[in-house]
Amino acid sequence: MNQQSAAPVLIMTGVSKRFAGVQALKEVSLSAHAGEVLALMGENGAGKSTLLKVMTGNYIPDAGQIMIDGAPVHLTTPGDARRLGIRVVPQEPEIIPYVSVAENIYAGALPTRGRLFNRAALRARVAADIERSGFSGMIDPDQLGNTLSPAQRQIVEILRALSGPLRVLAFDEPTSSLSDHEADSLFRLIARLTDSGVAVIYVSHRMKEILRIATRVLVLRDGQTVGVRPARETSESELVRLMVGRDLSALYHRSARQPGAVVLSVDKISSADIHDVTFTVRSGEVVVLAGLVGAGRTELARAIIGDVPITAGQIRMDGKVLHLASPRDAVRAGLCLAPEERKAQALLMKRSVRDNISLAVLQSLSRWHIIRRGAERRLAAESVAALHIRTPSLEQEVATLSGGNQQKTVLARWLARQSRLMILDEPTRGVDVGAKADIYAIIDRLASAGAAILVISSELPEVLGLADRIVVMQHGTVSGTLDRADATEEKILSLAILERAA
Amino acid sequence: MMVPATEAVGAASIPAKRGALRRILDMLGVQNVSLLIALAVLVAFIGSQNSNFFYSSNIATVGTTVAIVGILAVIQTVVMLLGGLDISVSSQAGLTSVVSAMVFTASHSALAGIATAFVVGLATGLLNGVIIVYGRVNAVIATLATLAAYRGLANLISNGRAQGYVGVDQVFIFLARGTLAGIPVLIWILALVALVTQLLLHYTDIGRNIYAVGGNATAARLAGIPLNRYILGVYVLCGLVSALAGILLTARTGSGQPTSGSQGLELQCITAAALGGCSMQGGKGTIVGTILAVILLGVLQNGLIILDVNSFWQDIAQGALLVIAVVIQQRRSGARSVGLPA
Repeated sequence: MNQQSAAPVLIMTGVSKRFAGVQALKEVSLSAHAGEVLALMGENGAGKSTLLKVMTGNYIPDAGQIMIDGAPVHLTTPGDARRLGIRVVPQEPEIIPYVSVAENIYAGALPTRGRLFNRAALRARVAADIERSGFSGMIDPDQLGNTLSPAQRQIVEILRALSGPLRVLAFDEPTSSLSDHEADSLFRLIARLTDSGVAVIYVSHRMKEILRIATRVLVLRDGQTVGVRPARETSESELVRLMVGRDLSALYHRSARQPGAVVLSVDKISSADIHDVTFTVRSGEVVVLAGLVGAGRTELARAIIGDVPITAGQIRMDGKVLHLASPRDAVRAGLCLAPEERKAQALLMKRSVRDNISLAVLQSLSRWHIIRRGAERRLAAESVAALHIRTPSLEQEVATLSGGNQQKTVLARWLARQSRLMILDEPTRGVDVGAKADIYAIIDRLASAGAAILVISSELPEVLGLADRIVVMQHGTVSGTLDRADATEEKILSLAILERAA
Repeated sequence: MMVPATEAVGAASIPAKRGALRRILDMLGVQNVSLLIALAVLVAFIGSQNSNFFYSSNIATVGTTVAIVGILAVIQTVVMLLGGLDISVSSQAGLTSVVSAMVFTASHSALAGIATAFVVGLATGLLNGVIIVYGRVNAVIATLATLAAYRGLANLISNGRAQGYVGVDQVFIFLARGTLAGIPVLIWILALVALVTQLLLHYTDIGRNIYAVGGNATAARLAGIPLNRYILGVYVLCGLVSALAGILLTARTGSGQPTSGSQGLELQCITAAALGGCSMQGGKGTIVGTILAVILLGVLQNGLIILDVNSFWQDIAQGALLVIAVVIQQRRSGARSVGLPA
């Protein structure tokens, strides 16, 4: 991280990548020099992960050029990038359980003698690798994959990267699962790597460590480069300012509404992944849970809905304490959750729009268990009309609809149930702009009609556009609450990422 | 459908009726139309080799032989819709067959025998469900284990021999050889089981929820559907229907059979359900498809006998059909050839 050699190892120019309706990267340029640490920052969805995936050949860009040592390359598979020495240590390391560390590292390229697996050679090689990379005493070649700590799992990924040619090594939020001590070892390794001429790319939200180890900081916003700053000449506040500042206000429509009585009151609840969370949602109010991915917002939603048990605290609905053993109890009490993974967790993909809309109200549509089909069709038709679900017919298979119309189908299901409190986890993820505006309008309409709405959103403009009140989470607990009037993107982001004074 | 259309009629009618044909195709589904075509081809082939095939006595034979495997295939369809599998149906049938005959022998009451068989089926089905839900055992492994255990139990209480003689009792005679409106009672029972199941699946919230649980368990859970209750309920239902199969087995053979007559039914009913369009992952399948597949398998079996083919070929044909059915299913769902299938 000291000297910076003249020629960049990796140059990306004008890289663009578009997914159905979403411009994930727009003419992003980047250069990584041998011996430097280039930090990548940006809020959730800014395009950091997409950029890494382009770099490693997982995504093929729609436009742009990638050069290694000045020569243009075409990365069409992860193998291409690997051969050229570009490696990523993923946020969630891929570890084979019940198999030794040594075999994990060299899986697919195990040393052999004749046709036989040469265990001794493998052990010797891995022991030498560990010694050389400075991980002595931190990991044992014979340890089994399932017994590794988060830090050790990352070491395995690093050793895998070191096992081949290595020019560029990218880390995707490496310290999110590490203790301070383990993080220090990681930083020492990064220093050694840069000393040996590797270009390190470092994706993180943690300001302090970025300012400590990075040479330069590149900030992305909405898939575009908004600035590159030398780490020595920038500050936390400048970086936060660069990361925020999108204008999507035209998408939001909000009626004047007056919040009523408290519907949901969450009082000091804890579960396996969250601790001591307190907040309320009132009738006619939209509360947005903001924070980074992994801050515990989805886990909080699952605790409220009775999907995971709470270990402490109370959840009250209209003042009455709820004892929820399962989502069934929650649904009956008037709560509902539209999960983030709508295909995997919300929709019956092979069933019709009608089936999907009526799923949570079949019992009330039935008499002696016989479904009144006319009533069911009327309900579905009314929902399709009210929510502008674009579908050729009520009998259309949900899998064939667009993301936005699928999400509206999920909303229709809970509208039919007339839930008092709706939790919407990332309701506009993977939804095109037109449908986004529709979904915002639906949320506004529901709140105006007196529902209490809790939205989980990782997009700051969306948070500001929707919320009456913003609850920001960090590390499984609430780090702050902001009223609509005095919320800004900077304040939210600060509460989400800056380490609080103890 | 037993008489294949001649080529001339077929060729003339197709262009004129394209609209109607399309509608029929949409209504029946590609899967069912394929089954009907396969059935027509098979019937035409067997019939052309040996015209005895078309005797009404032979058609009645096909009907009564498929009755027992048919009701098991229907209930297997329900289990598979839920995303499960029950391999133990055949030994549940064997066990209940023995029990019904032994209780009949002891009490001289057919109803007591039948009632006890149903109680036993309820218990074995419930045990399957409890092992799967509360023991967290994969459905294939759980029912493979109880397939062996229930068969062992049947052999244990019967000493491995046929039990009692029910061929003198009017109730059992009626079940095995009686007719209503000229149609064998066995076929009526199959039709009734299929009809009730079809109504359950398509016209009740229970049936819809079964499709939901099998199609997306998380979505079903978040929608407030009690998953465990449904899984336990379906396995209990499967036990009860297996008991019905066991009772019919006793009636047909005249005595309680621990293994003979029931062994292999699990393969046949799973093959029929898969051939009929049930997805191994759950959430997809129809009773109509399963019934068509049951008839197809029955005709194939009968044809092999009529054409004097070595009976060992039947097992090979069964196994091959099961594999082919699942391969077609998986390929049509667009599964990629990477690693072990889901």
